[in-house]
Amino acid sequence: MPSSTEKLPAGAYNPPMPEAFPVVQGPVAVFTRAKDESVIRRRIRYQREADVSWTERVVSQPGCEGLYGCIQCGTCSASCPLAIYMDFTPRRIIQLVREGFHHDVLRSQTIWLCASCYACAVHCPQDIHITDVMYTLKREAIAANVAPKRFPIPVLAGVFYDMVRKHGRTSEFWVVLRLLLRTNPLGFFSMARTGIALLRTRRLSFVQDRIKARGELQALLPPAEEVH
Amino acid sequence: MSAPAQAGPPDRYVYFPGCSLKGTGVAYEESLLTMFRKLDIGVDELEDWNCCGATSYMAISEGSAFALAARNLALAHRAGARELMAPCSACYLVLMKTLDYRKRYPSVDKSVREALDRAGLPATNGVRVRHPLEILYNDIGAARIKSKVVRGWTGGRLACYYGCQAVRPYSEVDDPHQPTRMEQLLNAIGVPTVDYTLRTKCCGGSLTGTIPTVGLRLNYELLKESVRNGAEAIVTICPLCQFNLDAYQGQIRADIWKALDVPVLYLTQVLGWMLGGEWRELGLNRSISGVSVLKRWFSAPKEKEAYV
Repeated sequence: MPSSTEKLPAGAYNPPMPEAFPVVQGPVAVFTRAKDESVIRRRIRYQREADVSWTERVVSQPGCEGLYGCIQCGTCSASCPLAIYMDFTPRRIIQLVREGFHHDVLRSQTIWLCASCYACAVHCPQDIHITDVMYTLKREAIAANVAPKRFPIPVLAGVFYDMVRKHGRTSEFWVVLRLLLRTNPLGFFSMARTGIALLRTRRLSFVQDRIKARGELQALLPPAEEVH
Repeated sequence: MSAPAQAGPPDRYVYFPGCSLKGTGVAYEESLLTMFRKLDIGVDELEDWNCCGATSYMAISEGSAFALAARNLALAHRAGARELMAPCSACYLVLMKTLDYRKRYPSVDKSVREALDRAGLPATNGVRVRHPLEILYNDIGAARIKSKVVRGWTGGRLACYYGCQAVRPYSEVDDPHQPTRMEQLLNAIGVPTVDYTLRTKCCGGSLTGTIPTVGLRLNYELLKESVRNGAEAIVTICPLCQFNLDAYQGQIRADIWKALDVPVLYLTQVLGWMLGGEWRELGLNRSISGVSVLKRWFSAPKEKEAYV
């Protein structure tokens, strides 16, 4: 054990630095819905498929009022850490919303991939709250019942929502367990490494945490909306 | 840089732990409480708090997410507190967003008021939300922290990672693009930091669990850049960032880069250590990655002798 005055050799605690950092060969599409390859699809949409009244409804939601001010500069897409995985970048989502192409917007993976880091919102030169727009679109997709049923992100949101309504708090172990049961039970094995490390350091509890005043909680929350 | 000198910091804060600080982020709670004890400031847990209604909940029902956050603020108000400390970035953001939305949108304010009325809670919107980093920087100040430091730093250079939600739109923590308060506090007490370029890049949050290929890659980039910028550990203020970078590092090692072994600390652990906290009461035993490094750094005797 080195005493605190001893000069430590330079780089002693640095992991050896490789010549070049490993490059991750990431998949282009992480999640693709099964498509029938024999079906030929039109790649553009016609004006009559657009519904501008839907746009107006979206824009009237809190946080979405700036949408018409978008100048399509693409700063949001450039600052988004997840844009490389999205089927439509945030800039394109905004334009699709403004044109009223709700069909494409609400079925896109983009709205669910948004991790709400708010980078786009603080960078936007027109001060559009893009993250709040994405939240609105997630809720629109759930209301229209077109949110992908087994895509893990909306399923996680549903599990989380149910647990909070019932207990007032969430417990990570039970959230993850329910998520895996609904999407990918074999995912247990890929999670094992992390799970064991968490158990070893006592950071994972099997106890479902709950609040005392559950009556107060029931009064607070409106009657359950049907979700997922 | 220094705090307004006229009045000292309040001697008690009410704090809202949130689910993370009671689960995978328990080291954050332990080190936060230890650090404030060493600063002679009392911290009381908010009685019967509930989930803040964070990211996932907001995706399903915005109205009741605001109501959930508002209940915590109402509980703080009922307990006589004018400020509520929220150490978790997601909780902090949702509480701040609730205050902001209730001010800007009468429709949101009305539905939150109705919900609070149904639950018999005060419909106030007057409780101020505080983040520990902002309390340390504004209320307590670097000079006061420095005067209480009892240890010299025996570790290496740190990359300050702010994460995303703590510094974003509704925040008063720091600049959303180029935050520097963590560096200022650490440098003031002799802890060296590096210029970490990805300081506010998102760790992906729950993506490590939902779509691992994407989540792990975001975390790999954060870890890789910290090493490239010359850091030997990462220090953060968000329980989810710490969880992702620390707990999933084993998976990243297996999938991408074997040599990776970067400890991921909370700011409160580093400050708590300098103020005289011990290994266990700072939750340093809960770290998963870079444990050998941590054992070397934090086993120094309790004397005021500087290494750097």
